[in-house]
Amino acid sequence: MRRTAIFFFTSFLLLGNAFSQHDPLRGAARVDEVGKAAPMVNAENNDKKRVRSYAMQPPTIPHKTDNYQVDRFANKCMTCHARTRVGETQATPISITHYQDRDGNFLADVSPRRYFCDQCHVVQMDGVKPAVQNRFRDVETMIRNKKK
Amino acid sequence: MRDLAIRYWRTVTRPSAYYSLGFLVVSGFVAGVVFWGGFNTAMEITNTEQFCTTCHEMRDNVYQEIQPTIHFTNRSGVRAVCSSCHVPHDWTYKMARKMQASKEVWGWLFGTIDTREKFLAKRKELAGREWERMKANDSRECRNCHEFQAMDFTRQSKRAVDAHSAFLAKGEKTCIDCHKGIAHRLPDMANQ
Repeated sequence: MRRTAIFFFTSFLLLGNAFSQHDPLRGAARVDEVGKAAPMVNAENNDKKRVRSYAMQPPTIPHKTDNYQVDRFANKCMTCHARTRVGETQATPISITHYQDRDGNFLADVSPRRYFCDQCHVVQMDGVKPAVQNRFRDVETMIRNKKK
Repeated sequence: MRDLAIRYWRTVTRPSAYYSLGFLVVSGFVAGVVFWGGFNTAMEITNTEQFCTTCHEMRDNVYQEIQPTIHFTNRSGVRAVCSSCHVPHDWTYKMARKMQASKEVWGWLFGTIDTREKFLAKRKELAGREWERMKANDSRECRNCHEFQAMDFTRQSKRAVDAHSAFLAKGEKTCIDCHKGIAHRLPDMANQ
């Protein structure tokens, strides 16, 4: 009896899995098929600062960065966001942490470990729904809910 | 030498003995058309992308770099070729630039930038020369297509409107001041 129950239970699980093989990243394409790529969209370009989900979050970029060159020769982002440039451009200056090396010493220019902006700062694509849902709540919401 | 010059001068100044005035006028006209047409056709050939990329210095470096940029591939299919930006469109300036550009043939003959390493080492100088030229002529080659009078600020992003109405409108800055490295990669910009 117990063995039969286990058998039915596992086959039910396997079957359920087979029916719900819709992968949010791959779409409805079967494993042996190549899925149809979603159409390309532009990055949001409205220059409006966005809310950060937590205090230490690297702010996301509110403008297009297509073809911005960031390599050992040049850093396009720094032509506006460098300390000395923001007076003219009114861009957000890079934060003080970007001038620190890993021992906390302040350097004259942006620290090499902070040089590649798009390792942390990214653009947001226009009108794209997240492919995978998450249940993240920011700390304020959590505290508020706890009080209730 | 002097005698030779005098003899030629006499031949050239003496009235024609065998050919009629009509023949000389008509054949002179035809020869003029052929020469002028040929000259301009040859000049146009040196203005094509195919011509520029016959040298591997151009094909392997700058031509590769322009391909992902908006001046090469874009939604509406309008393309800027080398000469659109690097050769003035106006005849007089064009001739002047073409004469300057003959120095590039010299550079090609002697392999001044015939390797990637040599090119990268010299890139700052080469780019700097183009930036100087653009700055001096108020980015004339940009403005052949991008006319300030025709810009619709309501169709630009806020950032672009702010910059264009603050600096470009007053003539405080010209296109190249901000739009460097848009068609090719930038040289080492440290201490720029």
